[in-house]
Amino acid sequence: MNPARIAALVGNPNAGKSALFTALTGARQKIANYPGVTVERRAGRLVLGDGQVATLIDLPGAYSFDSTSPDEEVTRKVVHGELPGEAQPDVLIAVLDAANLEHHLVFAQEVIEVGLPVVVALNMMDLAERDGLVIDPAALSSALGVPVVPTVAVRRKGLAELAAAVAAAEGTSRQPNPHVTLPERRLTARNIAKAAILSRSGAHMVHAGLDKVLLHPWLGPVILFGLLFVMFQAVFAWASPFADGLEALAAMASDAIKGAMAPGIGRDFLTEGVIAGVGSVVVFLPQIVILFAFILVMEATGYMARAAFLMDRMMAGVGLSGRSFIPLLSSFACAIPGIMATRSIADPKDRLTTILIAPLMTCSARLPVYAVIIAAVIPATSVGPGVGLQGLVLFALYVAGIVGAMGAALVLRRTVTKGAASGFIMELPRYQLPLLKDLLIGLWQRAWVFLRRAGSIIFVVTIALWLLLTFPRAGEDESQLDASYAGQLATAMHPVFEPIGFNREMTLALVPAMAAREVAVSSLATTYAVDSEDEEAASAALGVEIAKRWSLPTALAFLAWFVFAPQCISTIAVARRETNGWKWPGVMLAYLFALAYIFAGITFWGATALGL
Amino acid sequence: MTLDLLGRGIAARITAVDWAVLAPEEGKRLRALGLDEGAEVEVVHRGVFAGRDPLAVQVGTMTVALRRVHAAAMTVEAL
Repeated sequence: MNPARIAALVGNPNAGKSALFTALTGARQKIANYPGVTVERRAGRLVLGDGQVATLIDLPGAYSFDSTSPDEEVTRKVVHGELPGEAQPDVLIAVLDAANLEHHLVFAQEVIEVGLPVVVALNMMDLAERDGLVIDPAALSSALGVPVVPTVAVRRKGLAELAAAVAAAEGTSRQPNPHVTLPERRLTARNIAKAAILSRSGAHMVHAGLDKVLLHPWLGPVILFGLLFVMFQAVFAWASPFADGLEALAAMASDAIKGAMAPGIGRDFLTEGVIAGVGSVVVFLPQIVILFAFILVMEATGYMARAAFLMDRMMAGVGLSGRSFIPLLSSFACAIPGIMATRSIADPKDRLTTILIAPLMTCSARLPVYAVIIAAVIPATSVGPGVGLQGLVLFALYVAGIVGAMGAALVLRRTVTKGAASGFIMELPRYQLPLLKDLLIGLWQRAWVFLRRAGSIIFVVTIALWLLLTFPRAGEDESQLDASYAGQLATAMHPVFEPIGFNREMTLALVPAMAAREVAVSSLATTYAVDSEDEEAASAALGVEIAKRWSLPTALAFLAWFVFAPQCISTIAVARRETNGWKWPGVMLAYLFALAYIFAGITFWGATALGL
Repeated sequence: MTLDLLGRGIAARITAVDWAVLAPEEGKRLRALGLDEGAEVEVVHRGVFAGRDPLAVQVGTMTVALRRVHAAAMTVEAL
């Protein structure tokens, strides 16, 4: 086989394809999207038995070529050589879960019927043996008419044999045979499985016992919420030393440049534009890595499907399914990984709705804004034993985001993302212990995707924003913020925001906050000329200024604005990437700004009417 | 009796499926997962909240989660 040759892994979801792919190719994988769709394409190098090399691609899991999801559609098209820009594979590796043989043989027959050379990888043999199954690969091979290689991807067993079989299989194509019906395939699968399974001794099924606890009617949700509590603690507590470290690193880089360069626009560009801008996004890397560590472990062990099962009823109430739960949950840390996690949602309408409402989950970047303003205008009184008014307001803001998201989902599902209710039909895979190396590779890939984005589109956008804030240069007696294009923009925008109680400084703060919400705080600090090297002193001083200058209705309106406003260009950029176009990010911007304006207005007018 | 009314832990066989009440995609997916006429099934788990929805059904060696509306389209007889 020459390097231009392609082998592809095909099989049911949960057949252990990804683990096999990682085992065969190692950490050097190329991840991209298939042209025109947001289905992930994974490719790597497969070293064949004879020392030659082929490209190995990991096709999305499918139950059938009669596709019901974008993932299955891609698999069908690639296998049949019908996806433009993607070559038809030369050899197919049909991956079967040995412990789920009869089910997986149904799709395997369909794969063999295509007519391309096929090698069957009888995967997860260890789990089958654990369940007391003894399978005869030779019997399976003669029944299917293709070579069968037993493998254990997580233990790296059978890989060399598989590679050799792939090399030998080239050119062994058969006549395509597309006229078999599903019931016929199912019957064949049953007979083949029956013949190949030599014995089935007391299958003790570890996962059935685990499910008794994890899907228990009341214990299950308690465990899920306990786990989520730990996850959030980890995201916020464990990440902060690393985030502080990254901030310190950015400050050091900034200082180094200040020391090395003469004051001027070039130096400001590097320190205030490049380092401050990209730094403000990169500080979220530790949170994102920790969040994804939890998500990857939940996915790899099989728990994620159980979480979806437990949450489905609640999500069904607003027209979504249990699968939307985890992406929305991730969005509490940051909408970017949340939107990235929607890829696991099979139904395109469900996925789109989830992407559109993800920014309503209160992300960690809103916290600095909330904290400063609540501390400034809400008295630290107690409203009950152990319940402070400030904490209550913060809680209310989180709830407002969730309620807003649920309401938005309800409305979106009946208007722009209208369609048949997607239902909730999914396999609950068996529990497995993932391999640490596979988890680390997955984590590295997520982190890299995030960093690459920070280095490209977010970089460009923050530079653009810096230019708007820096030019034209201010004269003697005016502040730079006032004189800049951004300042002029704020002046022009102010009449729009005046009715909902925003003063000019607030309007001005909204412009740089488009880069990242927490920048609103530093922008207000600049406008009110509170400048302090010490962060805590600065935020306290800013609080004093805000308390002096803002009325309570104005401050509340500002908080309400941040509950809804899509104040984050990175999120919009990710939404564009994941939806392949500007249409849906446009819808997102429009409806979120409209909600923000309306609710800030209602808050302002309501609070004013109440005489607050 | 339909599958949504089947008690937990009772083995049953699907005797008929009213595909017309299911969306075409849902029908395809259920069939792909082996939930079809003739399949031997057992309800292993039920949801927590109102309506005890969704439910988890054992089909052979596989566990499949589905909603009550889907299960209601399937007629079963206890084995």
